[in-house]
Amino acid sequence: MTAKLPDPMLPTPFVVQKVKRETSDTYTLDLSRADGPTNFAFAPGQFNMLYAFGAGEVPISISGDPAVPKTLVHTVRDVGNVTRAICRLKRGEVLGVRGPFGVPWPVDRVAGEDVLIIAGGLGLAPLRPALYHLLQHRGEFGNIELIYGARTPKDLLYPKELERWRGRFDLRVHVTVDSAADDWRSNVGVVTKIIDRARFDPPSTVALICGPGVMMRFTVLELMSHGLTPEQIYVSMERNMKCGIGLCGHCQWGPYFVCKDGPVYRFDRIKDWFDRREV
Amino acid sequence: MTASSLKVGVQLRLAAGDFQALLDALASRGYRVMGPTLEDGQMIYGEIGKVADLPVGWTAFQEGGSFRLEPRPDQAFFGFAVGQQSWKQFLWPPHQTLYQVQRQGAGFHVIPGAEAVPKFAFLGVRACELAAMAVQDQVFLQGPHVDPTYKARREQAFIVALNCGHQDPGVCFCASLGTGPRAAAGYDLALTEVLRGQEHFFVVEIGTMRGADLIRELPERIATPEEVDAAARVVAAVAGNMGRGLDTTDIKELFYANYEHPRWDEVAARCLNCGNCTMVCPTCFCHTLEDSLNLTGVAGERQRRLDSCFSVDFSYLHGGSIRTSPKSRYRQWLTHKLATWIDQFGCSGCVGCGRCITWCPVGIDLTEEVRAIRETAAGVRKE
Ligand SMILES: Cc1cc2nc3c(=O)[nH]c(=O)nc-3n(C[C@H](O)[C@H](O)[C@H](O)COP(=O)(O)OP(=O)(O)OC[C@H]3O[C@@H](n4cnc5c(N)ncnc54)[C@H](O)[C@@H]3O)c2cc1C
Ligand code: SF4
Ligand code: SF4
Ligand code: FES
Repeated sequence: MTAKLPDPMLPTPFVVQKVKRETSDTYTLDLSRADGPTNFAFAPGQFNMLYAFGAGEVPISISGDPAVPKTLVHTVRDVGNVTRAICRLKRGEVLGVRGPFGVPWPVDRVAGEDVLIIAGGLGLAPLRPALYHLLQHRGEFGNIELIYGARTPKDLLYPKELERWRGRFDLRVHVTVDSAADDWRSNVGVVTKIIDRARFDPPSTVALICGPGVMMRFTVLELMSHGLTPEQIYVSMERNMKCGIGLCGHCQWGPYFVCKDGPVYRFDRIKDWFDRREV
Repeated sequence: MTASSLKVGVQLRLAAGDFQALLDALASRGYRVMGPTLEDGQMIYGEIGKVADLPVGWTAFQEGGSFRLEPRPDQAFFGFAVGQQSWKQFLWPPHQTLYQVQRQGAGFHVIPGAEAVPKFAFLGVRACELAAMAVQDQVFLQGPHVDPTYKARREQAFIVALNCGHQDPGVCFCASLGTGPRAAAGYDLALTEVLRGQEHFFVVEIGTMRGADLIRELPERIATPEEVDAAARVVAAVAGNMGRGLDTTDIKELFYANYEHPRWDEVAARCLNCGNCTMVCPTCFCHTLEDSLNLTGVAGERQRRLDSCFSVDFSYLHGGSIRTSPKSRYRQWLTHKLATWIDQFGCSGCVGCGRCITWCPVGIDLTEEVRAIRETAAGVRKE
């Protein structure tokens, strides 16, 4: 008798179709499956484990359009060994994919609400699929407000798309940067400062937040001061992940396994843990 | 003996002199019999072919940071509690190749690892260790994803449990957790070793039909009520003589409310962060995945190996680890064992085997840590 490996531990080869440089260190890769069924179905907010040959495997959010499952899209920032190997891939080269994993944004459960999408830095990547979904089902929602902060104008992801979104009458886009040269015409300052500019009716609003820990912390406080309750706020958490399927223990955060009962959490469910340090 | 008389729950008497027949019966069915044995002055779990492979006539005294083997006045086969190793090393190998990769043009080819599943018989599995297997079953078999290695090995394994008869269970606290010293479930056969005067025998309880089938061949007979009673008294004596205890009343709430208790600083000052406790603990399951390439860069592999939450890397994120202080890592370990585990898996992560106490180089005793937190918890948080 032999033991077969669990399929979720085996990477599926995907071919790089296109690499687009977003910023000095961040790239968006379009991938398609090397063989087998071509569609890769996922829900906004889910992530994959991406395996770079011999280098290792890391969790990366899916940043593409759930309505276009033929192309799997990831936006990756080069911060270390594995992400560097991924960012250096060329068209035609191959990457291993396991997934999709994790609990998605609740986009299909918030009909009728105003939706705030609040992203800091790379946090826009896992929120972009949610935005695509909202725009495709535009009639089902109230106001949609995208609130996005980056370090400098050069660090903004998807700049062309941001321009297109700005041009839409059914979506309001608020962008801010921490610092900029004089030719920057938009806001300067942290994300929390521009929440005021968004239009929403607090009792019937949901907020989806992804960004660095501090940014999420202050954003939650700001939203609560606008009258949102913890039940109306969703955050996406980040932890070290090795398996992505709830077995290796690395992503533990108090009672949670961020890979399987996260990364997206409704704030009221985690508020007792959110502010604790070194958990 | 007639087949119909050998049912689950029936208790038989097997003379110590006939014990070899049990080993032979297991071997003849293709089992690799693993059990306690002495090697280089250590008690480990190894291959048991004959009775003499067991630590016959030896006992072990355990205390915080110490494990001492000593001869016994009698010829008991199982006259000790548990050693450093646990059965998890057989059910979940601490090193395993998940797959190999081979460069192929612009891409690569994945060759899944496949390994023969050893057919183990575990001999002398204590009640706490059965409880530990039940805990690991929750982790590896009951979640959304099943671990196939564990599953295959677990299903094949024949389990000969041992109701504990160790007279000096110095670091044990199974009785306070309800996980021992009597094996309650999860075995094919359960032994109780009885020594009185010149008499040396085992009372064998049948746990499964697989167990009944095996024992049919042995030269045993139905145990008399008096023998059954003698066996029960052996176990009761252990229960009444436990070296330690752990009060688990509202333990999850206790931990959640005392995340910033000063005791964490105090224990962190003693803890070396060596991770021994995680390695010896029969329920600790955390592991990591590692990649390597051969020198030519055309072939590589992905391995998984047991890991420990005591390493700084364990919680590494780009930019730094989450749990940088030694205190936070000890707190993570103990909180996981005794509190968050309950939320995650519906049971405690501790079965009271005492290994982490014995094998801690500085003798940190979790029962003592819990007591200290409990005693001062109210004083710390007067709300
Ligand atoms: C749910 C989730 C979604 C993510 N989505 C994205 C995304 O869309 N785009 C993106 O660029 N990055 C994303 N990240 C972060 C990304 O996983 C890390 O930047 C990456 O693991 C760093 O690995 P490295 O080997 O390049 O860096 P190193 O710093 O060399 O890291 C070494 C090892 O540490 C671990 N590690 C380090 N940082 C992280 C981290 N942040 N999260 C988990 N493990 C880590 C990895 O196992 C890695 O192999 C996400 C992380 C999580 C948990
Ligand atoms: S925590 Fe210690 S006593 Fe409890 S099961 Fe693990 S090793 Fe045994
Ligand atoms: S508690 Fe003891 S065994 Fe565990 S890490 Fe600390 S020093 Fe090592
Ligand atoms: S990443 Fe392994 S348990 Fe979550």
